[in-house]
Amino acid sequence: MSFDNLDTLYRQVIMDHYKSPRNRGKLDGDHITVELNNPTCGDRIDLQMRLDNNIVQDAKFEGEGCSISMASASMMTQAVKGKTVEEALALSQFFSEMMLGKDIDESHIDLEEIGDIIALQGVSKFPARIKCATLAWKAMEQGVRVGNNTP
Amino acid sequence: MLNEKIREQFPILNQEVNGHPLVYLDSAATSQKPQSVIDSLTEYYSEYNSNVHRGVHTLGTKATEAYEGARETVKQFMNANSIKEVIFVRGTTTAINTVAHSYGRANVSKGDEIVITPMEHHSNIIPWQQVAKSTGATLKYIPMQEDGTLSMEDIKETITNKTKIVAITHVSNVLGTINPIKEIAKIAHDHGAVIAVDGAQAAPHLKIDVQDLDVDFYAYSAHKMCGPTGIGVLYGKEALLEEMEPVEFGGEMIDFVNLYESTWKELPWKFEGGTPIIAGAIGLKKAIEFLQEVGMEQVEKHEEELVQYAMEQMQTIDGVTIYGPKERAGLVTFNLEGCHPHDVATALDALGIAVRAGHHCAQVLMKELQVTATARASFYLYNDKKDVDQFVAGLQKTKEYFSNVF
Repeated sequence: MSFDNLDTLYRQVIMDHYKSPRNRGKLDGDHITVELNNPTCGDRIDLQMRLDNNIVQDAKFEGEGCSISMASASMMTQAVKGKTVEEALALSQFFSEMMLGKDIDESHIDLEEIGDIIALQGVSKFPARIKCATLAWKAMEQGVRVGNNTP
Repeated sequence: MLNEKIREQFPILNQEVNGHPLVYLDSAATSQKPQSVIDSLTEYYSEYNSNVHRGVHTLGTKATEAYEGARETVKQFMNANSIKEVIFVRGTTTAINTVAHSYGRANVSKGDEIVITPMEHHSNIIPWQQVAKSTGATLKYIPMQEDGTLSMEDIKETITNKTKIVAITHVSNVLGTINPIKEIAKIAHDHGAVIAVDGAQAAPHLKIDVQDLDVDFYAYSAHKMCGPTGIGVLYGKEALLEEMEPVEFGGEMIDFVNLYESTWKELPWKFEGGTPIIAGAIGLKKAIEFLQEVGMEQVEKHEEELVQYAMEQMQTIDGVTIYGPKERAGLVTFNLEGCHPHDVATALDALGIAVRAGHHCAQVLMKELQVTATARASFYLYNDKKDVDQFVAGLQKTKEYFSNVF
């Protein structure tokens, strides 16, 4: 019995985000709220973002789910903070292509920009878990498309 | 224990998954199929595929005989009184929806009560929510004990003279609880209510006698009992079915069709609109023959031994929580402390061990258990103690793996 393959999924950086999630909690003041479920497995994310001048000024989340879904939410909030809506959506597009297992042309992406999310690349090899990883990104997309902060 | 000869008849089990021999512990989701069932489908499609009940030609006659022969086998399997009480449907969900839509809407009105339990699968909750909504009836839950069983006192308290339908699962797909259906049926009848039973997790594993249980409706799916997907059975007492309106209208289910109105065929065909599930019925017949050759009592005993052994072994691992009562059908739902069930299931899968993770289509029950998700290992007649040992060793290894990476 060996778990060799599992290490491509459960990378150290993912486990670190799961254990010590960044931006976990609730935002004060005006913000956008998106609550999304993964109906097939019960994962849930409650994402809050503050948009000002087309820029994601702040993002926080709460929720329940597996290590992949919660780590992904943590990384996503980290990655989109300070980005314009267009940049955030472009990141989301990049993320879903990565989940589809498309080759990543590293000369075209700024590794600094995307932060830790590249660590989730291994999820594409585990089709049953892709939905876990994309939940937070779907919530973010919905949020920025609605786009209006409310108290 | 049942012997190796049974396992050998399931070709799918003889393979490696992720470099390990497959240990299939997800039969409560769907069971594997023996070679005889697989062959019966090939034989039908390659030798006598034809529509039923209409062709004068030889193949049509042969297909009709096979389809109706399957009905006879199913009748005997659950000891129904007549083939009129055996309706072929798509599966348990369709069977329950048929009862809810046809019997429910016609016999339940404002102020009436429909009684269910928190341990129901979504397919035995939502149809009744819909009936309650459209009729103004109240949906009532029999409270559940901490160990995942129902108490007779609570059952007696919840079912009243206002109750029109008691809809309940025979075996819980999460807890493995075996509900006292015969006793509940008596209480329902004493109050003038009917009882509709979700038998999806019972018919594959226990000997079912619908007359002895004295249930009014009983629903189950072929694919959980060694048969093909896409076919299930709705049993109903003839007198009730006779009074009920069909829910699907069209070909096959009619007697005379006139310009502005039509009449229905007699039972059971009035509930089988459209070309029926011919191959499915043929496969189901083979599946029942396979199970009967082993003997349902043997199947039940085998699973009981396996599940008790599994629970014993699992409890040796620190941090394992098992949900449900000690006495149960052949499945164990559990959590491993500090490790989400999806992660557990992915790790076990890496070892070739297939278990289910999630809410098991029982969100009401998950809330009751105060968890968002759980993992489940479920057993069938082709599993053995070696499978349990592999699973428990895998669980131990999973625990170690995640305590290292965390």
